[in-house]
Amino acid sequence: MGEHFKVAIVGSGPGGLSAAGHAAVTGVSHVLLEQTDHLSDTIYKYQKGKLVMATPDILPLRSDMSFAMGIREDILQTWDDEAAKHVVNVRYKAEVTAISGSKGDFTLTLGNGDTLTCEFVIFAIGLQGNLRKMGVEGEDREWIQYQLDDPDEYADETIVVVGAGDAAIENAVALSKQNNVVIVNRRDEFARAKQGNNSLITAAIEKGELECLYSASPLRVEDDGIILKTPQGETKVACNRVIARLGAIPPRKFVESCGIEFPSDDPAALPELSGEYESNVPGLYIIGALAGYPLIKQAMNQGYEVVEYIQGNHVKPADEPLLEEKFRNLPGNPPVDEVIAHIQDSVPLLAGLTTLQLREFLIDSDVHTPTKGDIVFERNDYTNSFFSIVDGGVDIQVNPDDPSVTVGLGQGAFFGEMGLLSGRRRTATVLASQPSLLIETPRRTMIKLINSVEAVKRVMDEVAVGRQIQTYIAPGIPMEELEELIHAVQVEEFDQGDVLFREGDAGDCLYLIQRGSVTVSREIGGKESVISYVAAGNYVGEMALISNAPRSATIKAAVPVEALRLDGEKFQQLMERNPSVRELMEEKYRGRMLENIESTKQPQAGGIIQFLVEQGLGEATDVLLIDEALCVRCDNCEKACAETHFGQSRLNREAGPTYESIHVPTSCRHCEHPHCMVDCPPDALRRNPNGEVYVSDSCIGCGNCERNCPYGVIHMAAPQPKKPGLLQWLLFGRGPGPGQPDAEWLAAHGKGGAKKAVKCDMCKDIEGGASCVRACPTGAALRVNPSEFFKIVSQGR
Amino acid sequence: MHQSILVFRNYLYLKWALLVVAVAIGLYVLHDPAYGVANGGTWLGYGLGTIGALLIVWLMWFGIRKRRYGAASLSVEDWLSAHVYLGLALIFVATLHTGFQFGWNVHTLAYALMIFVIGSGVFGLVAYLRVPDLMTRNRGGATLDQILQDIAELDAQCRDMAMSLGDKINQIVLHAAEDTVIGGSFRQQLSGRDADCPTIAANRQLQDLAASASTAQSENLRGLIALMARKEELVRRARRDVRYKALLDVWLYIHVPISFALLAALATHIVAVFFYW
Repeated sequence: MGEHFKVAIVGSGPGGLSAAGHAAVTGVSHVLLEQTDHLSDTIYKYQKGKLVMATPDILPLRSDMSFAMGIREDILQTWDDEAAKHVVNVRYKAEVTAISGSKGDFTLTLGNGDTLTCEFVIFAIGLQGNLRKMGVEGEDREWIQYQLDDPDEYADETIVVVGAGDAAIENAVALSKQNNVVIVNRRDEFARAKQGNNSLITAAIEKGELECLYSASPLRVEDDGIILKTPQGETKVACNRVIARLGAIPPRKFVESCGIEFPSDDPAALPELSGEYESNVPGLYIIGALAGYPLIKQAMNQGYEVVEYIQGNHVKPADEPLLEEKFRNLPGNPPVDEVIAHIQDSVPLLAGLTTLQLREFLIDSDVHTPTKGDIVFERNDYTNSFFSIVDGGVDIQVNPDDPSVTVGLGQGAFFGEMGLLSGRRRTATVLASQPSLLIETPRRTMIKLINSVEAVKRVMDEVAVGRQIQTYIAPGIPMEELEELIHAVQVEEFDQGDVLFREGDAGDCLYLIQRGSVTVSREIGGKESVISYVAAGNYVGEMALISNAPRSATIKAAVPVEALRLDGEKFQQLMERNPSVRELMEEKYRGRMLENIESTKQPQAGGIIQFLVEQGLGEATDVLLIDEALCVRCDNCEKACAETHFGQSRLNREAGPTYESIHVPTSCRHCEHPHCMVDCPPDALRRNPNGEVYVSDSCIGCGNCERNCPYGVIHMAAPQPKKPGLLQWLLFGRGPGPGQPDAEWLAAHGKGGAKKAVKCDMCKDIEGGASCVRACPTGAALRVNPSEFFKIVSQGR
Repeated sequence: MHQSILVFRNYLYLKWALLVVAVAIGLYVLHDPAYGVANGGTWLGYGLGTIGALLIVWLMWFGIRKRRYGAASLSVEDWLSAHVYLGLALIFVATLHTGFQFGWNVHTLAYALMIFVIGSGVFGLVAYLRVPDLMTRNRGGATLDQILQDIAELDAQCRDMAMSLGDKINQIVLHAAEDTVIGGSFRQQLSGRDADCPTIAANRQLQDLAASASTAQSENLRGLIALMARKEELVRRARRDVRYKALLDVWLYIHVPISFALLAALATHIVAVFFYW
């Protein structure tokens, strides 16, 4: 029989080490079992000289081991020193092969056959022992690797890095110094990476140090390269090496052999734990990545906490004060645990989150307690946050003409997802129907959650499909009636320029545009002419279903589009059962017929729509256009912009393309899904309820938005000092004139000053609206909403 | 797509101006001045004079308003439309104020300056209405900078091509590249032409040379001539653009300074009238 301890800690990563450190400091008999010959193998295997981040910044560290942002070597050295100082009982090269027994009497078998006994086991093994593979043909070729120790070992190779997480970014950037690197990102942004890495990779891509393929994923590996699926189709990238950094999945077999159960068969599933990290095996605790806490600081805090729990001290988690502050205004001032448990019980969407994920989610969110009749948001607001109902309920005003028609949502439901999906204005006003408890989550946190928790995305998509059909196609029809139709819905994605269907095709379905926009074109005089434009929240394809004729027009994606494909037959059945749906469709049908007839009379309108769609207006919500037949080139618009925004004009009148007499100057279009918001570390790019996308004061001047804007309308600049008044300039020549930069100041501060992102905010803080438009003496400048503008154009000026 | 400043708000300010003119003419017709001679000294004369002076000050205030960005009242387009119509109405108000008495004095000087200012304004108005469209069509979707860049590129291509064609041709091409002026003096800008344009001259000379050269040589010249012809077209286009811009701007150099002269003359006129009263 081997030695006996109170606590055996398996794994000496940040979590295990912190637990062992706290056990040592508090005098608990313990052993720290590490299968290699050094502490913290995962960090040990980090790239040489890697800067280790200490996120989330807001979370305080609670551990006897210290940790702050620093270089890998320094951190490991500190931990070695502190482990020695605290006299941590480490046993190296001690791989645990089996755990048996129960609380108070566990037996651990080690790789060399030794056994030891303990009262409690802390599992801190992490996930890195079990790396995730690509899951495609040829994934095990010898030149494909799933880990990288030292990037300096490779030189003059073409290396494809697959993944968009922190490891992939760090590897790709380090490898790019000596190699030709292509990084393959499954999504269109680096949403899952830490903020610092986000900036790192976008800067490297911008500088051309490496190439990035967005929305691409591996299909198979061939002898001399990897085949990728990209928005443009299949592409082969010839390469010498593929490094796939796809994270790791739980070493399930071993964990299950210890008696620990997993909630599902999903390979990424994690064991279920109590609020004090205890697994279904009493006395066996799990902390760190295997518990769903992948960050170093979180794991270290848990290591500390778990030793306290084992000793019977029910300490509060480290983020407790932050949450207490959030929940301070709740009636009865309930303790944080209770609120969290209540949220988990009442909101099914959030039930799939681990407690820690939920706590993090709540730290980002706001808690609201409206009383009956309080407005949560109004129709046509441009907010894009997401709401969950913890208690009470809300009424949604589904008919804009009659506020008394409402649909109620109760405890556990969520709303606001349509704005999040479509990037458009709120479709309805929502009021509290009783005293309620709502959680409002910002767009970015929600996107992160959707991207990382599959179940959240699935539930949201399901509900959103039904709601969109009910809102846009079948208002007033109860959900049960729509079930059959909803069940057959497929969400289809189209890239810019893809055809949804072609003129002359047989019509077997209806498309509801969920995200993006499409153009409608017809063959007129042997030439394909655009006749109109359809934005998100509308549908196309109803004409063929009503008339049973072939498609009367071609539908193309103006920007990347997500559309719901509604089965034609099921939809026709729905129309038969519900005359009101049929009427709505027929009304639309007549409208579209008229539009088609008009369009043949207005051939030039198609050219204008086509031109504007090419300029990216398909994703714009508000765009500045200049009628060059009226513009006298006085540049008063630019001067007005500069004068009302710290001397910096955010528009360039002359730049930009012109079609006939319509000129699209270089100026912000306030996109539905703003590209500038994608990688903003401080989340400084915001959208106002009126729709303006603006840069808030929290901008740190990193320049990501400037790089991400495909329209070149953001630039980095320092605000100029206030000028003397206009009359002082006019009468005494003091200061620079209107619209002129302060030359002296620029000479003194121009270069090297603290610059921040500067972009059009549509003069949201100025009464009367956009200064550029108001300053135009001839009325040539106008701001328009593209979908309204296209309607005007296609009806003939 | 939308309307010019004349049609703006369905002729709202035209209606205002017509009302002012109608009232002025009506009163003038009905008015029976003492001694039967209409002049600025009657109650109507003083009335019209006051309205005229206030109008002048208000019209000049446009220059301030235009530069007061972000002001929350009416838009600049409102101001300009009103400026145009009420400026034209001023002709009637001021003329009736004079009672058609003119002479070689400071009073008539003020009147003459006013007519001059309004005249230049009418020129500007016509330019504003006509030139933007001409300018847009002339540019063909490009900016002036892009046209100038294209010209510079053609110059480089011409010089490359001339390398193998002998000194004389090199001289012509070099002269065309280095001495072609776009813009230039005030007169040149406004005319949109350059009688001594080296590019146009080069084109003619090259064509003459090609005509008199042997078949093999003219073959070589043909490519160069095509480039030079393209450049000439762009040079003409750039000059037209400069001309249009000059037309849009030139009248302001008269309109604004003369209106300040008018203000001074007006002040003198008012002081003189009251001083000698």
